[in-house]
Amino acid sequence: MTSPKDNQTAKPVCFQDVILRLQSYWAAQGCAVLQPYDMEVGAGTFHPATTLRSLGARPWAAAYVQPSRRPTDGRYGENPNRLQHYYQYQVIIKPSPPNLQELYLGSLAAIGLDPMIHDVRFVEDDWESPTLGAWGLGWEVWCDGMEVSQFTYFQQVGGHDCRPVSGELTYGLERLAMYVLGVEHVMDMPFNHPDSPIPLTYGDIFRQAEREYSRWNFEQADTEMLLRHFEDAEAECERILTTAETDAAGRQIPMAHPAYDQAIKASHLFNLLDARGVISVTERQAYIGRVRALAKRCADLFVTTSAATGEPLPAFPAGA
Amino acid sequence: MADLLIELFSEEIPARMQARAREDLKKLVTDGLVEAGLTYRSAGAFSTPRRLTLAIEGLSAHSPTTREERKGPRTDAPEAALEGFLRSTGLTRDQLEARDDKKGQVWFATITRPGRPAADIVAEVLEAAIRNFPWPKSMRWGAGHLRWVRPLHSILCLLTDESGASVVPLEIEGIRASNTTRGHRFMAPEEFTVSGFDDYAAKLRRARVMLDSAEREAAIRQEAANLAFARGWEIVPDEGLLTEVAGLVEWPVPLMGAIEDRFLSLPPEVLQTSMKEHQKFFSARNPKSGRIEGFVTVANIETSDQGETILKGNQRVLAARLSDAAFFWENDLREARSGMTDWAEGLKAVTFQSRLGSQADRITRIAALARQIAPLVGADADQAEQAARVAKLDLRSAMVGEFPELQGIMGRYYALEAGLPAAVADAARDHYSPLGPSDAVPSAPVSVAVALADKLDTLTGFWAIDEKPTGSKDPFALRRAALGVIRLVLVNGARLGLSELFRLFGEAHLAALTPGQGDQQIATLQNDLLAFFHDRLKVHLRDQGIRHDIIDAVLNMPGSDDLVLLVNRATALNDVLRTDDGTNLLQGLKRAGNILAQAEDKDGVEYSFGADPKFAETDEERALFAALDQAEPAIRNAVTGEDFPAAMQAIAALRAPIDAFFEAVQINTDNQIVRRNRLNLLSRIREAGRLIADFGRIEG
Repeated sequence: MTSPKDNQTAKPVCFQDVILRLQSYWAAQGCAVLQPYDMEVGAGTFHPATTLRSLGARPWAAAYVQPSRRPTDGRYGENPNRLQHYYQYQVIIKPSPPNLQELYLGSLAAIGLDPMIHDVRFVEDDWESPTLGAWGLGWEVWCDGMEVSQFTYFQQVGGHDCRPVSGELTYGLERLAMYVLGVEHVMDMPFNHPDSPIPLTYGDIFRQAEREYSRWNFEQADTEMLLRHFEDAEAECERILTTAETDAAGRQIPMAHPAYDQAIKASHLFNLLDARGVISVTERQAYIGRVRALAKRCADLFVTTSAATGEPLPAFPAGA
Repeated sequence: MADLLIELFSEEIPARMQARAREDLKKLVTDGLVEAGLTYRSAGAFSTPRRLTLAIEGLSAHSPTTREERKGPRTDAPEAALEGFLRSTGLTRDQLEARDDKKGQVWFATITRPGRPAADIVAEVLEAAIRNFPWPKSMRWGAGHLRWVRPLHSILCLLTDESGASVVPLEIEGIRASNTTRGHRFMAPEEFTVSGFDDYAAKLRRARVMLDSAEREAAIRQEAANLAFARGWEIVPDEGLLTEVAGLVEWPVPLMGAIEDRFLSLPPEVLQTSMKEHQKFFSARNPKSGRIEGFVTVANIETSDQGETILKGNQRVLAARLSDAAFFWENDLREARSGMTDWAEGLKAVTFQSRLGSQADRITRIAALARQIAPLVGADADQAEQAARVAKLDLRSAMVGEFPELQGIMGRYYALEAGLPAAVADAARDHYSPLGPSDAVPSAPVSVAVALADKLDTLTGFWAIDEKPTGSKDPFALRRAALGVIRLVLVNGARLGLSELFRLFGEAHLAALTPGQGDQQIATLQNDLLAFFHDRLKVHLRDQGIRHDIIDAVLNMPGSDDLVLLVNRATALNDVLRTDDGTNLLQGLKRAGNILAQAEDKDGVEYSFGADPKFAETDEERALFAALDQAEPAIRNAVTGEDFPAAMQAIAALRAPIDAFFEAVQINTDNQIVRRNRLNLLSRIREAGRLIADFGRIEG
């Protein structure tokens, strides 16, 4: 086993090592290290810590791992690079600091990618999420010709201009770790230290699940039920958003977060329906538009709340 | 005189925007300086991924002092008028001068505007340029309000003259101009100061930055060629890629690698496209085997291991990409060998356009019509139909799904794999051509038939649903499709009546769209689309030096939907009008036409028949009769035989007799018989002209 001191200089030896180093690095840069959001999402951006917190004037700095699900990317665990369930590492800082690029390069060094022997490049790639009504400008970061991260300055989220602008970094953890560790097939990647009493590979942990989910996503998921759930989530989101902000006891409590959860749900249900191949090209746009409408209205509500403005929470009336 | 150096240092500027940004910076700043009264000798703009630089030489140190004289009120005018004048000029009464004017004594003011130092002007102009820079897309960052293509970090702005260099005082949103910059992001990140452009460029080079994109391009081209040469390979030229790659690096370091043997059986187009699109690699070809066997990647750094780690990483990414491509290729070949029926089935689910049905519907239409076009272009009808049926199947292949730009190219490979004839396979590749105005035009008959059917189906389809191009909007590239048809027809000398084809194709669409309606819609579509073709043809022929009025003059002649005939006629007319005989003849024809039109207008009859030589009174009249007797059948025969040069020659022979006739003969005499006879003679001239063109539409 390597000592913590060696850890700073030697290359990582396993997947979790890469994650732990990113966690320590961004913690040292002052980010709140959050935990993954407890819902199915397609990317780390969907975590309310990014989507909602990039709105409003209140400063913010967070980093977290986000398990992400893309049902259409399932390959029954056979493809060396594709998974329907994978991990993203997400950093979001508002306002974006002037040295964000340097901070990012520091994170690569922390996981053993020395920019003096690698070729690190910022290649134009404008980011857009039609589902979230969000876009930004930035780059894909290339290391030796491989895309290792997405680097974005958010300009708009949920249809709202971002003022100030958040800087968002997204690392595709499996791909990045495979490169750092020199592994050719994701399932062969050591998850914990290979010298551990019980060494586990990525495949030991996920291969079976990848097969099962690929089958369910592509072949088995009950599309009528999914469709119903999509409509339920949409209806509940709308109901929450149209409920009066003041409750029976006279307390003013807008419910942007619960509403947004329903929007996330609808988005994932749409992805499942898509994987089942029951959504035609023309319908696709309509579904994406429905989710976007929800996300926008959640954003409209969130920007009025103290989490966005930084104002104190409204006091409850006496006796409530 | 001073020199000005400006550098705007930012995070990475997209490669595709750099060339335009250089020009914009140069124009915005130099225009602003000149506007403010400064002059300069020369200006040059440069870019790297992280900087936009402008160097101006020989800038005047001050703007000139200007004097303006303004006339004011009379000296005896009311006080208020004088006060207003003083306010508007900013002068005091003792600075005015009273002069004699026509109306008595008048106040004159001389306003002197002192010149301003260049530094003040530069600061204003640069700030305006930065704030109004026309980036295709710009952004905000942090908590600031400034917009730039990516976060702007520093501004270097330096004026240098004999007395030394001084920073132009300028601050925008917290960024204060200085005389410092930085080198390469990794190899020389330290800040350094510069004293002028030469010093700047030299220090940048030491700090591992090649400022000039042209130099970076040349360095990449040279080094890539050297690396390839050492292995006996050659680089496949790609200027677009070269420009892009030069915009991604400050210090280009080309590295060469070989493609693993297991991928060499992939089609060269696949290797090239995958390497270019995904990784911005140049392809290296082995001239002996003709295969793509290697690649050059361009790194942005010199490393202690001479790029070994970088090359290894790139090889790894390439292997993963090409494994995908090989997987697609093998799956696609299997489908091709089994007859591509799954692909054909799959295209039923792919919408071409919501009102024009699926791709499968489209293929069915094109196949039927390719059959009909085949005999007109010398193609075998069965082969043309077969080619139309398979030409678009590759749209369902995995490879084209991944690389849409390989459509057609893959189609050819798959058609060959399916055991189809070479002419059919070639048509799969070539039926999209020609795409651009300089694109090669297919000449193989089967390819021509399918290419025409494809484009005509698109055009008539969008006409049938009334989605025509308007102004600058042409989302379905219909102008390009029409030009494609025009070039296919002209280059191959294909004799076909477009109107009839418009009817055939249009009926196929209208039957599906609005069953039961018909003739009127078809006629409208035919006329409207033919007019659109004629417009495109004018543009095409103008580029070839044929005037639009000459085309107008032949458009209403019979057979104007046969573009080969139309162009032959226009060309012959164009040629004859370049000669003296031609221009004089044109005058004679026009004169005859005008006199006739006037007389017909006045008399209310049409003079069209009955000129008789027995009423001729002069030799010139008789000579014209004789000339017409000779010319008319010659013109008629030539036109019937489509020998337009001969027709032109025949009509040009009328020039002398017509000239002589107008010289000697007065049309409007008192003798009505003679007058009518002469008018009828003029009508023979008009008719002779009408056999060839509508000369009245020709200018001059």
